Amino acid sequence: MSEDKRKNDIDEGQDDGTTKESRRDFLKKMGVAAAVTTVAPAATAATTKAASIAEHLQTHFEMMSDSQKEAAIARLEKRYSEQFEKQVTVANTPAPDEVLFGYALNISKCIGCRRCVEACVRENNQSRDPAIQWIRVLQMERGNDTFELENWHKGSPSSSRIGDYGVQSGGHADKAVGISGHTDHYYEPEQVPEENAFYFPVQCQQCEDPACVRACPVQATYRDPNGIVVIDYNWCIGCRMCQLACPYWARRFNWSEPALPNEEMNPKTHYLGNRPRMRGVMEKCTFCLQRVRDGRYPACVEACPVGARKFGNLLDPESEVRKILATKKVFRFKEDFNTEPKFFYYMD
Amino acid sequence: MTTTTQCASPAQKPIAFARDFCIYAVKGGKVYYSWLLFLSFFVLVGLVTTYIQMTTGLIVTGATDQIIWELFVSNFIHCPSIASAAVLVVTPAYIYKRKDMKQLAVIGEAIAMVFVIIGFNFIFFHMGRPDRFWHTIPGIGIFNFPSSVLTYDIIVLNVYLVLNAVAVFYYLYKHYVDQPLNTKFYTPLIWFAVAWGPFIHIITAFILSSNAQMAVWHSALMPFSFLAMAAAAGPALVIVTLLVIRKFTKLEVADSVIDFFSQVIIWGVGLLILMFAVEFFTELYPATHHAAPLEYAIKGHNGMKPYTPWFWGVMTVFVVQFLLLCNSKIRKSYNFLLPLICISVFLSVLIEKPSVLIFPAFSPTPLGEYAVYHPTLIEICNVLFIWATGFMLLTMILKGVVGVLVGDVRDSDVAVEGGAK
Repeated sequence: MSEDKRKNDIDEGQDDGTTKESRRDFLKKMGVAAAVTTVAPAATAATTKAASIAEHLQTHFEMMSDSQKEAAIARLEKRYSEQFEKQVTVANTPAPDEVLFGYALNISKCIGCRRCVEACVRENNQSRDPAIQWIRVLQMERGNDTFELENWHKGSPSSSRIGDYGVQSGGHADKAVGISGHTDHYYEPEQVPEENAFYFPVQCQQCEDPACVRACPVQATYRDPNGIVVIDYNWCIGCRMCQLACPYWARRFNWSEPALPNEEMNPKTHYLGNRPRMRGVMEKCTFCLQRVRDGRYPACVEACPVGARKFGNLLDPESEVRKILATKKVFRFKEDFNTEPKFFYYMD
Repeated sequence: MTTTTQCASPAQKPIAFARDFCIYAVKGGKVYYSWLLFLSFFVLVGLVTTYIQMTTGLIVTGATDQIIWELFVSNFIHCPSIASAAVLVVTPAYIYKRKDMKQLAVIGEAIAMVFVIIGFNFIFFHMGRPDRFWHTIPGIGIFNFPSSVLTYDIIVLNVYLVLNAVAVFYYLYKHYVDQPLNTKFYTPLIWFAVAWGPFIHIITAFILSSNAQMAVWHSALMPFSFLAMAAAAGPALVIVTLLVIRKFTKLEVADSVIDFFSQVIIWGVGLLILMFAVEFFTELYPATHHAAPLEYAIKGHNGMKPYTPWFWGVMTVFVVQFLLLCNSKIRKSYNFLLPLICISVFLSVLIEKPSVLIFPAFSPTPLGEYAVYHPTLIEICNVLFIWATGFMLLTMILKGVVGVLVGDVRDSDVAVEGGAK
């Protein structure tokens, strides 16, 4: 709990960047750095190099022994703490038993404000430049308003002996509409919600039969016991077969070294979750694994100002998600791909 | 030869062979050196751009989260097509027992071997973390077999590489020491290599067609069109190679051999055109979302038509090549028109990959975006780097192969005995 408190303090500090907490952290860090440099500067350089080689040679996270995991995490914590000039923790909280995480999103409530996107980027240490976002909010037109009397005889009907009113192209109804039609995820309105628009946020759907997991040649991405599809960033070879396989455009590749300002870095991380990534590896939404394994909500759920996002244990009949599945009009996005997402959309 | 090689013990013979082979491969006339010099220009530039890419990341290429495959994969897909050359040279030589091709089979195998290596190089440049290549090695890494299609491709390409490398160097070594081939070993080996050949196209095509999400690739025709492209582009390079060898070396290549391969190209290009037509009909008549990428390539989307000229250009070139090759006078123009058309076949099959097959297929993205691919200078330099190193390797290996075949590279003991006769 105290760790949570400290994290929250730092979170608040991110807005102006100059709170007491962050300064104290900075001073603490400086003290450590000074001590290290006075003791043995040459030795530090050598150990850093050795740690880097050890990181290159480490095996898949799930194949490591407990002591190897500890060593790998210690290496990462040291590297991140030096890089971001603050104390960074890399957790290895195990997956809770008898839990299958599920997500439900109310598209009739979503107002397209993208606070979820911002919360996600901050919580999960995404690269700011180039900007990486795991949640994309699609803006769509609410309905088709092109049916007008003056278009009654317009369009290009195919002519035939029995008349010219057969197949119409460019006619009255020839306009994309809704989820299967025109979408825009770069919209920048003055204010949300816009009139005549609705919103459809898309992120990793945490499929039960994920095409990405099947495609990975080295099993760097896999399904964890709670049904979350995770990535061992140190095992990924960057071949992008998973990105090719994903029907939801949920995966993001680090095309260059990710840029993450020290003061915006969230120091409370998990090995399989939000720890900073490196160049040339894949990343994606993990339902905020570092939070949900501690029994907390994902950052996007907490950030949503209209309560459109619900999260819980699909195996618990009393959970909010299960109640939504039982009582609302629910659907899965692109169900025809048969990947069986655990991310559900619903309407009131 | 030097005195040391004359008293070489049997154990040292393979070393002597390797040395003689390499020495012969790097020696040549003015034309030979100017060709290598020309290639080394791209290698030198490529070294710099490779360093930039390896230290900066794939952001220096034109790839984005919308179009995730760059020119490297596009070029990689071309390599198995050429590697088919071995099958198409070995089959007539050993299965149909054509005497005029028996000696040339090893050239086809050498081309295949080099093009598999070029393919691996392209994959190496495509990987975000080439330093983690060892993760794919079974035993020390994790090999996600049989789930991942990529693992099948790693298997088929590596096996094909080994089969051809063993076949080439076993044949050459036996020729070098003037011993008869152990047919109990060699014949099954090359028959197996021939049977294995089609797998490299089929599995590479599966890498594309296994993605349900990539609508336009999700077609059972994909492996067959890859095989047709192999039948077109592989022999095209073989013809050019054989014509060059015939012109500059003592090795004799009969006209009948060239004629055979130009026939194969006609079939390859013809079947390819047929398969395009079938595919286009199946997609375009119902005109569902499945056809969207193809429609984007053919006529663009909302006025954005970056691939339209490429699409129509490539399709026109295929048809023109087919019609030209149907003319036997053109097929017999060994010194001018035929090599020109062969180069055009090679390039059109190569250019079809990024501009028709790969880049337009990524639009619309899973979230409905239409995107344009902009290759970068660094990316192009790296592609040229890989081709230049590949052709350098090919040139030198073929030089050595021809040296062995015509008897310039020979075990000194044999050479002395031969001289005495």
